[in-house]
Amino acid sequence: MTIKHRKRLGALALLATIAVGACSGGGATSAPSSGGASDAPGGASEAPASQAANLSGTVTIDGSSTVFPITQAVAEEFQIANSGVQVPVAFSGTGGGFKKFCMGETDMNDASRPIKEDDEGEGLACKAAGIEWIKLQVAIDGLTVVVNPANDFATCLTVAELSTIYGPDSPADLLWSQVRDGFPAEKVERYMPGADSGTFDYFTEEINGETDAATQFATQSEDDNTLVTGVAGSKYAIGFFGYAYYVENTDKLKALEIDGGEGGGCVAPTEATINDNSYAPLSRPLFIYPDVAKAKTRPELKAFVDFYLENTTALSAEVGYVALPDALLQEQKDTWAAAVGG
Amino acid sequence: MNGAAAPGSFTRRKPASERIIEPLLFLATALGVVTTVGIVGVLAYETVEFFLRISPVDFFTGTHWSASIKPYTFGVLALMSGTVLVAGIAIIIAVPLGLLAAFLLSEYASPRVRTVIKPMLETIAGIPTIVLGFFGLYFLTPNLLKPIFGDSIGTFSALSAGIVVGVLITPLIASISEDAMRAVPRGLREGAYAMGATKFEVVRKVVFPAALSGIMASIILAASRAIGETMAVVLAGGTQPQFTLDPLESVQSMTAFIIQISLGDTPQDSIQFKSLFAVAATLFVMTLILNLISNRVVSRFRTGY
Repeated sequence: MTIKHRKRLGALALLATIAVGACSGGGATSAPSSGGASDAPGGASEAPASQAANLSGTVTIDGSSTVFPITQAVAEEFQIANSGVQVPVAFSGTGGGFKKFCMGETDMNDASRPIKEDDEGEGLACKAAGIEWIKLQVAIDGLTVVVNPANDFATCLTVAELSTIYGPDSPADLLWSQVRDGFPAEKVERYMPGADSGTFDYFTEEINGETDAATQFATQSEDDNTLVTGVAGSKYAIGFFGYAYYVENTDKLKALEIDGGEGGGCVAPTEATINDNSYAPLSRPLFIYPDVAKAKTRPELKAFVDFYLENTTALSAEVGYVALPDALLQEQKDTWAAAVGG
Repeated sequence: MNGAAAPGSFTRRKPASERIIEPLLFLATALGVVTTVGIVGVLAYETVEFFLRISPVDFFTGTHWSASIKPYTFGVLALMSGTVLVAGIAIIIAVPLGLLAAFLLSEYASPRVRTVIKPMLETIAGIPTIVLGFFGLYFLTPNLLKPIFGDSIGTFSALSAGIVVGVLITPLIASISEDAMRAVPRGLREGAYAMGATKFEVVRKVVFPAALSGIMASIILAASRAIGETMAVVLAGGTQPQFTLDPLESVQSMTAFIIQISLGDTPQDSIQFKSLFAVAATLFVMTLILNLISNRVVSRFRTGY
């Protein structure tokens, strides 16, 4: 009887613990909102936007999967500081995002290359729809070429060798030995970002000499994590994507040095080499494109972009990119302030 | 007796529920039919638009598929081979497993064992397929397939996808085949036993032939399920369209292509967008043919008892 009793008590205690746990859990998540935006909780930094209380609405963002980690980090911090604002961030690629942006479906687009002014789906569509955009640089990326850690033969590739692998004329069953004499006669398992991504556009332009010209024998994915999985799983695989995805997965991947052929020799992608442009030709600027007209009438969008520029230095470094030099960042802030008139 | 006296009043007094139910049933049925007709209509319309730009001959005989990288080529055989390869591997795995399980459940297992095993088997069918896909990608390939095939098998492979889909459809075959076997009249079995047949002989020579129509139906149903399977194949099989029958290669199935294109941002009037419908229509025709064959087979093998 006592045992029975104890059991029952135990069950009750367990239930109570769960209930309390659930309550405190709920309390914890709702704390920032009830705490108000004024005290900038969670070390969300000293952003001026955090003083703008009572913002509400939704800021919809799409675009580059390369810029995504920064925007996602900014969005999380922003939502902590402004609980009334929802900031869903998607990644359908720079080009894919611009198509939605120019139809007015999104408020801001992440881009890993500038908008194509005379492209039907981008600049021209935007102009036709009367979308007023502005380009703001938020970080620098070093597009990183990676192989499996078990790959012990390749440490540095030249642009020409990369083009052998990813060029449009590359054969279906390309062997590593065809890339360079001395490499093993094993099939190259190729991974690359989808055709909608700015990373793909940039890489094909720099390496193959023409945007969108590439081999048809690579596995493509808009989701960079799929590429990470692919390369991490096969000894003879190769892939490329934004530096941040490499930084996140240094234990599963090996970054290759790149010889840009300008006499600089082999250069590994690091924060320093990306920042001073010696990691050529694969270091590149990353942008956001907010909708200026919408920002003028919607304080939450303006506040979000303000917050973005204020925090991008810390957050882009945190997610693995290289922060802008101060002068360049100040330029972006001035451009933005001038555009939205305040 | 009262009703017989006044048939007229009986019809007039038909309860409200009786009057409502018929149109309601009709409506429900019509909704299904209209949806189907609508889907077929849209598929056909967009497919025709696609074929106005790309020759059907190139589409159905081409072995090279490149929808997003120039030069664009639309040879659906590259995607079809991926689908057929994955479904083929799945069937090769699922048919023996499923049938053996069905024999066990229907003929050998005690009722107690059956009540435990059957729901467990059917649980597999209830696992979200995306979970099975992750299982293939992160467990099956690195832990089982890599040690066997070494580096000749990629991170994504038709084999891994095929095995996962095979696991997925095994319960389907087991369950339907078991039902078919259990429907074989007891008298047939007892007759065979009376002639001195062993249990295994009864299973092989009496139950199996008698249940054949149901078994065939289950296999064909499982095959069309395998052909239509999407998430598991995307995850474990990859997204590289190529015309190959090598199970160690990464493939892109027709459904995986549809996912890839529709996830991006394909403009509505682009050739890529239209190609979605052409691929979908092809897939639809493939499963339709399978279903027709299934009907044929069922009526042909049906043994009257």
